[in-house]
Formats: sequence, structure tokens, C-alpha cells
Amino acid sequence: MLLCWSWTLGLLLLPLVIVLRISLAEPRLAQPPYSPLWRTDVEGAASLDLRWDSYRLLLEDPVYAQAWWDSLGLAGGTALLCLLLAYPMAWAIAASSPGRRRTLLLLVMLPFWTSLLLRIYAWMGLLAPQGMLSQALIWSGLRDLPLTLLHSPPAVFIGMVYAYLPFMLLPIHASLEKLDAQLLEAAADLGCPPWLAFLRVALPLSLPGVMAGTVLVFVPALGEFVIPDLLGGPGTLLLGQVLWNEFFVNRAWPIAAALALTLLGSMGLVLASHQILQRRLGQHT
Amino acid sequence: MKPERVRPGAFPRLCLWSGLLFLYVPLAMLVLGSFNANRLASVWSGFSLHWYAGLVSNEALLQAAGLSLLVAATSATLAVLAGTQLAFVLARRGVFRGRALLALLSTSPLVMPEVILGLSLLLLFTGMEDLFGWPQGRGLCTLILAHASFTVAFVSVVVQARLAGMDPQLEEAARDLGATPWRSFRDVTLPLILPGVVAGWLLAFTLSLDDVVIASFTSGPGGSTLPLLIWSKVRLGLAPEINALATLLMLVVMLCLLLSAWLFNRARSD
Repeated sequence: MLLCWSWTLGLLLLPLVIVLRISLAEPRLAQPPYSPLWRTDVEGAASLDLRWDSYRLLLEDPVYAQAWWDSLGLAGGTALLCLLLAYPMAWAIAASSPGRRRTLLLLVMLPFWTSLLLRIYAWMGLLAPQGMLSQALIWSGLRDLPLTLLHSPPAVFIGMVYAYLPFMLLPIHASLEKLDAQLLEAAADLGCPPWLAFLRVALPLSLPGVMAGTVLVFVPALGEFVIPDLLGGPGTLLLGQVLWNEFFVNRAWPIAAALALTLLGSMGLVLASHQILQRRLGQHT
Repeated sequence: MKPERVRPGAFPRLCLWSGLLFLYVPLAMLVLGSFNANRLASVWSGFSLHWYAGLVSNEALLQAAGLSLLVAATSATLAVLAGTQLAFVLARRGVFRGRALLALLSTSPLVMPEVILGLSLLLLFTGMEDLFGWPQGRGLCTLILAHASFTVAFVSVVVQARLAGMDPQLEEAARDLGATPWRSFRDVTLPLILPGVVAGWLLAFTLSLDDVVIASFTSGPGGSTLPLLIWSKVRLGLAPEINALATLLMLVVMLCLLLSAWLFNRARSD
């Protein structure tokens, strides 16, 4: 019990408290590079010295707003693309026999056990101007010039979908597996066309899986660092990269800390609203 | 009655197979590239083990690999010790004061971005250094602590799943027969949840071996882990040595997975 509490409080909560405290300081050219928590006046009386400048800067400087929009767009787009690919895949897996189903799920999960860094490196090899994809397009006569996908936004989307696909597929599969096909047959017997039966019966019943998958992709994607760093161009800076630069390059610890907390807060918001929606959905069925 | 399976359509099947191709073609190309004699990925000039030979003589790389294995093994062991206890407390203690807070905090690393985890842990370490003079600078210690602190969450989830599938009456029976709490845990619970504990260790080990972001916040100037080394090289462009290294690492992971699958099957048939 003691170990549990000391671990969660000491290594998870305390660091966040320190981040909060530094986000309320002022950057200094000193070691450590931020202003102290207490201010002593001439008479020696100490008072709390809290500054909101970092948060104000995050609101006012358009660089950060741009990073927010780009990150939200990337996370949302990744979730949507993952959903469009994972839903039919999960459907096909749920429709196969139990033995085959286990093999297919294993095949989906297997790349996940290889290092993300190396999987993204594999895509760098495919997307480079002298890489496989561009060479194949030239060879087949579809293009004359090498295609430069690497270090562009589409490359980041490809890498993100590649890395996050299993997180979308597994929850959707879990909810489709439980779906009773007799419901769809009943709909068909009553004269409902297959597409309408899918929209009115199958899709609503698999909605909890879709929602869980969307959250599992969207939330971590919002702060992703490695994939945009390796596949993206120098033009777009996402939240993870901005935080990295503020901390390591500009040594603006308070701004990095404030950015980390606002990012964390918005993720908390997404997770909390998912909880509420999931509970609502549970009440209706 | 079991629910009837949904019927497969042509479109879902097409998506499944193209999805699997999408997952495996890059990996296949990665492996293929490691055997190419040419430095340029686009020109195939014959089969060669040249890049593998280069790995063995690369001193910095071997050192980084050694450091990574040490960090991964130590932090995974710490994570299993704390994570198993955490899982036990959350799954068996029922309702206690602060349970919701403990559950929320302990699962937060599952979704928290690595940049935030890395930043907050680094700030904790520098704050501790200012106050107590420990840890002095950053290095092996901070790296192991940082990795253990975020992998505990993953171990706890895996072990909790295992505990949920186990009948708590077995423990009660042991207690009724006079076993101390520790004895009932050691002789009844632990053997039953062992597959979960082993799986948790493997997961923590893999996550530690894979981490770039948290390591770049918490590692010292001297010791570079293998992912950090790969990352700094890969940022500069393609390098066939990395293909060879990736192929070897994938082989090791495959062997580990096969071994654990074999162990599980043997445990089940006993």
C-alpha cells in the first residue's frame, strides 16, 4: 500500500505539481532558469510570487494558436482515417471463424511489438524521393519525376495511421464480435435494405467501440512527437515539437510547463466527456 | 445461445487484406534493404551481409545497446514489483479512501504524451537535486526511475486483467485454512497470476527499449541509449546499418514472443 501511494504521488502527481509551479514563474537567465516562488521585500517579509505571463503568452502569440490548430487537425484526421480503415477490417475479422480470428488479430498486433522508431524509419525508406514508392510510380509510368512525400504533411498522416491503427481496430472488433447477426437478418426479413440495416442496427450497436477507439487514437496523437519529427517537414510545428523547442532550444521552462499543463487539461476534457457519453449510451441500451 | 457472426462482405475483406499489406510491406522492405549491397535503397546491387558486419565492430552502438538492455531489465523488474502490488490493491482491496485518485493517477501514463511525462520527470529530478543533492546530474539512475515510473501503469493493467479472471474465493480459502496474507499471496495468488506478471514484465521491457522521448529528457550527457542513437542517426537520413539493426531487433522480438507463447501453452497444458 505504501509503495503504491509513494509511487503514484511521488513519481506522477508531484512532478505535475512542480510543472504547475514552474509554469507560474518567470523565465530567467540563471540556474535554474525561472524566478523563485517566494519574493522577499525590503523588510524581509516573504510573499508568494505567481505570474500568469506564460499562459497569457500562449493565448496571445499566434505561433501557439497555429500549433494547436495543426495538432488538432492531425489528431482528428488521424482518428478519422484510422476509423475508415479499421472499421471494415474489424468487420472482416469479426466475420471469420474463431481460430482464424485469433490469427488475424495477432497479425494486426504483431507490428506493434517492433519499435515505433524503426517502423517509422521503414516509412522513411518507402517515402524518400529515391525510395520504393516513388521508384514504383516512375517504373509503372504513372510519374516522370521522383515523388517527394517525405517531410510533408501526407507523410505524417501515413505514419500516424500506421502507428495508431491497432488502437482503433481492437475496441471496434470487441464491440462487433458481440453483435448478433440475427438482428441484421431480422431487419432484412422485414424488408430493410442492407445499407440501412447497417446504419440503423449495426453501427449504433458498435458505437461504444468506435468512440473508445477514437479517444484512444485522438488523445495520444495530440501530443505525438517522434512521428512528425521524423516524417514531417520543417514548416509545421506541432504541440509536442513546440514544447520540445521551448524547453531544449529556448530554455523557456515556464512556457514549456504552461504548454504541458494546457495540453494535459484539454486531454482530460476529452477523456471526461468520453466517460459521460459512454455512460449515457450505456443507459439507453 | 451464442450470437451468430456477422457476414463478411467483399468490401470489408478487401480492406482487411489491403490493411494487412499496409502493415507489413514497410517492414518487408526494411528487411530487404538490410541485405542490399548498395548504399542507395533504390538500387539493388546484390545480396550482402556487409551492413551486419559493420554493426559488430561499431563500438558506440554496442555500448548503447548494453545500456539500453540494462535500463530495460532493471526498470521492468521495478515496474513489475510496484505494478503487481498496485494491481492487487486496486482489484482486491474493495473500496478505500482515495481509491479513485489512485486508479486515476496510476492509469494516467497510458494516455499521457511522452513529452509531458519526460518534462515533468526531469523537473522532478532537478528539483530533488536542488533540495537533497540527489540524483546528481542525470544518468543511469534517473533513466531507470523514469522508465519504471511510466511502465508501472502498463504492468498494473495487465496484472489486473489476470486478477479479474481469477476466483477470489481461492485466496479466502487459503486464509480460512490459516495462511498469512503473504503466504496466501505467495502460494495461491502469485502462481495463478504469473502469466500476467511475465507478460507485464515483457511489455515494460519492450516499452523501455523503445522509448526515445522520455530518455532524451532524463538521460545524461554521457550515456546514450540505443533508441537515442538510432534517432539521432535516422534524423540525418537513411542508413543501411539501421536496416540491419532493425532486422536483428525484429528477430529478437519474434523469438521472445514465440518463447512466451510456448511457455504459456505449456503452463496451460500442465
